[in-house]
Amino acid sequence: MALKGNLRDFTITQLLNLIHLAQKTGTLVVESPNQAAYVSFREGRLAYAQIGREDIGLATILFQTHRISGTQHRLIKERAAQMSDKELGLLLINASYINQQDILSSLQTHFTGVVQRLFTWADGFFRFENNLLPPDGKIMVRVNLENIILDGTRKLREFEHLQDEIPSLDMALKFVERPGANIRNLSLSADEWRVVSFISPKNSIRQIAKATKKNDLEIRRIVYALLQAGLVELIRPAGAPPLPMMQRQVAQQGNKEEQRSLINRIIRRIRSL
Amino acid sequence: MQTVKMVVTGPFNAGKTEFIRSVSEIDVVSTERRISSESERVKETTTVAMDFGRITVDNDLVLYLFGTPGQKRFDFMWEILSEGMLGFVVMVDSTRPETFREARSILETFRAYAPTPYVVTANKQDKPDAWDLDDMRIALRLSAKVKLLPCVAVDRDVVKTVLLELLYSILAEMDEEKST
Repeated sequence: MALKGNLRDFTITQLLNLIHLAQKTGTLVVESPNQAAYVSFREGRLAYAQIGREDIGLATILFQTHRISGTQHRLIKERAAQMSDKELGLLLINASYINQQDILSSLQTHFTGVVQRLFTWADGFFRFENNLLPPDGKIMVRVNLENIILDGTRKLREFEHLQDEIPSLDMALKFVERPGANIRNLSLSADEWRVVSFISPKNSIRQIAKATKKNDLEIRRIVYALLQAGLVELIRPAGAPPLPMMQRQVAQQGNKEEQRSLINRIIRRIRSL
Repeated sequence: MQTVKMVVTGPFNAGKTEFIRSVSEIDVVSTERRISSESERVKETTTVAMDFGRITVDNDLVLYLFGTPGQKRFDFMWEILSEGMLGFVVMVDSTRPETFREARSILETFRAYAPTPYVVTANKQDKPDAWDLDDMRIALRLSAKVKLLPCVAVDRDVVKTVLLELLYSILAEMDEEKST
């Protein structure tokens, strides 16, 4: 029977477990509303992973994992653009730029990172294409799935916790009015500063995430830290259309004096209970 | 006949049903069911849709008290219940710190639904293992201006005090709006 379904019913953790236990070979394709991921396995071990259709290539992965410099990366892109990853790897090893272990370790880090990102995908269709593997020119690795599953499960738990704390990304943030608090005196990371610079009752957390290129987990982490530090609080975005059933009944019941009178009547009644 | 409502919310087993029962002039219309989840089996039944109590103010005005279901899987009811409320009470079980985080989350959700005045009550303050209010304020991350009131939900006088404090907050907010 085809291995396909929706992540709402069958999570990434369960899928990886199944692939691991059944020693499957093939490619898992996951299509979320915004992007797609392709993760290949050989005999139940992670072999290759890519998010989106765009293949970033070995040179970029080596640059991102600090195995080669920016200049080297640029030169390789200029002079070896047509080479496959395997050919490029051999060239770099033969030229003593890098050794085989460095290449494999960089690829493992990158592929594992791609799979870790999948753990935060809560929705999307998946299918497993038996025996489908990346093209010949690609370098495949062999990474055991146990640690990835354990680490991913931890991240998933963190994500669930953060989802509880920040139930909706459509909320906005505002700085807490606290005398003496001065955000300039705090040591925030570059990422946190970037988020802080967008905090305004007009911007929803989702908009801030988009502007700062953060995924759901990353933005929730930063917002949670700011909330925990008591620097910000969650509010409804300014100018957001009111929820259909949210209007305050008291506001519809006449003018201010009538409202005051109404509240005073309730106060008198409750005192008399 | 004019009707107004207040909402009593909070985590599972915080004491919302008892709170409403203490002041309602009618038997609380409660939609309780036996609890199916083992982890939440600290009491036999829980509210799955809403509790519903009534206080007749005078010939023309009735106050309804609505209690929200405490279990998270019924949180779709919260937005419906928050419609048109005068204000809300967030009940927290002072003896169960493991529920404080959820209480905070419920509070923020309700504030997002409707920016009405609210008070937080530390229920079960008569129990020996109840947390101190000062500690609860820190744990719940409540600023000094948020009213955190001691509560024993089965004590009618205490419940009256909580409701009155909420009403005073509503009046204070009206005054603030008037002065700005």
